[in-house]
Amino acid sequence: MEFFIQLLVNGLSIGFLYGLAAMGFVMIFKSSSVLNFAHGELMALGAFIFLAMITWAGLPVYLAFPLALAGCFVLGFVVERLFLRPLIGEPLIYVIMLTVGLASIFKGIMLFIWGGNLYTFPDFLPAGLAIHWKSINIPPVYVVSIAIGLTFLILFGLFFKYSSQGIYMRSVADNQPAALSLGVHVRKVFALSWAIAALVAGMSGIVLGIINGINVHDLSSLGLKVFPVVILGGLDSIGGAVIGGIIIGLLETFTGGYLSTSLRDVVPYMALVFILMVKPYGLFGLVEIERV
Amino acid sequence: MADGVLLQLNNISVVYSDVIQVLKGVSLSVGENHIVSLLGSNGAGKTTTLKAISGLLKTENGKVTDGDIVYRGKSIQNSPPETITRQGIIQVLEGRQPFKYLTIEENLRVGTATRWGKPYKKDLALIYDYFPPLKERRKALAGYCSGGELQMLVMGRALMAHPQLLLLDEPSLGLAPLVVMEIFRIIERINKEQGTTIILVEQNASMALKIANYGYIMENGKIVMEGSSADLKENPDIKEFYLGMGASGDAKSYRDVKSYKRRKRWL
Repeated sequence: MEFFIQLLVNGLSIGFLYGLAAMGFVMIFKSSSVLNFAHGELMALGAFIFLAMITWAGLPVYLAFPLALAGCFVLGFVVERLFLRPLIGEPLIYVIMLTVGLASIFKGIMLFIWGGNLYTFPDFLPAGLAIHWKSINIPPVYVVSIAIGLTFLILFGLFFKYSSQGIYMRSVADNQPAALSLGVHVRKVFALSWAIAALVAGMSGIVLGIINGINVHDLSSLGLKVFPVVILGGLDSIGGAVIGGIIIGLLETFTGGYLSTSLRDVVPYMALVFILMVKPYGLFGLVEIERV
Repeated sequence: MADGVLLQLNNISVVYSDVIQVLKGVSLSVGENHIVSLLGSNGAGKTTTLKAISGLLKTENGKVTDGDIVYRGKSIQNSPPETITRQGIIQVLEGRQPFKYLTIEENLRVGTATRWGKPYKKDLALIYDYFPPLKERRKALAGYCSGGELQMLVMGRALMAHPQLLLLDEPSLGLAPLVVMEIFRIIERINKEQGTTIILVEQNASMALKIANYGYIMENGKIVMEGSSADLKENPDIKEFYLGMGASGDAKSYRDVKSYKRRKRWL
């Protein structure tokens, strides 16, 4: 039983991080129908920016974390401005291929600067955050990741539900010509969705980096896991992305715990294939509203 | 109509994808606080005219290649829609384009996009006053609303932007006659109470001429006739082709084959 609970908590915290990363992916897809193949690289970049701030600039964590997030946010803006905006109006496949190219470029830059080694963050989380109960041991980083995941989910939920900007973003995803006719600044919405996507990807990259250590290849291949997550949750559902993330996270840890650790990384893709065959729109994919 | 002209189209031509010419020299002028209706058969270029004004042509690969569009003394042709909407010109698209997955109230809030500080509370009350059915349904997803409710919704959404010039594209499309009357009553009220100038594109010519001050008839990308609504209503050609009456004033009959030939000559 204790082992089960231990796995459950680990799975949940990893799942929240996957969910966060997937949320960024879904935001880009919803607003501009672009599949972002550079998502894993954005995660890795976030982690490396944070690393650079802590080790090179020597900033304290409470400063480095918000700064790194701000850096990711700006990075998202810049990427949209420089690479995506000139392609607005071109066939989607060009844009998607562009993200594949971006992925290689980002990876190359990171390899150039940091090399392919495994880095670890200095241990900065206070040990007091850890939870001990009977023989269950939850390290502080898992507690932190669940807390961060929950906080940001709630914040983004509120943002999309109530803020004007959030409603405009949803309106663009829903019906772009109508949004244009009302004067919604569609290009700004694209830019903002890239910025937010880079921010949440960077954040999950940072926390995953704390858990597993950071390495260019590991983190960018984690980006690939976004696909089973979003397909499980439904490509166009932000809530679905989160729930998909949690399910995939749990699936992974339980497989690793009960079956075999080598199966761990395969299971999400098995789930992906299975879901595509059984429920191609995912669990929470939009059911087309059609009035008969 | 020379005094207080809000919008003037001078001999504009519109070409889609660099090859398909849709408007061939359209000129019209819209006086402040007027309702101007734009009538014509399908494919005459009415919607394109509206899109040329609102800047939405751009998103469809269309361009004003000739002539100019002057709004409040400023040339606005080929400006992006973000700029044009911020000067107070809002188009209500044909065929009701709600944001299906947003609630009625969220749909209305999108209308504040052009306004500074995005205020919406006071305006919501005003919209619900014009369109009471929307208030009852304000928490419902727009995708599940009826055609009449949706027409009210998209008009209300445009009103949230406080437009000075409202471009309405076929507001009566596919609605029951009673609902159409209701919608037209509201259009008239908006014009009177808010002082909004309106360009009304319609197939329902008799309704449109009832509330409009002035009318233009389009055929094949050109304006073929214009005049005050009263004059147009009395014009024998209009009566025959748009109001569905025979030349003598009674209901039209299929025996009147000649009308086809006369129409040809008219184009």
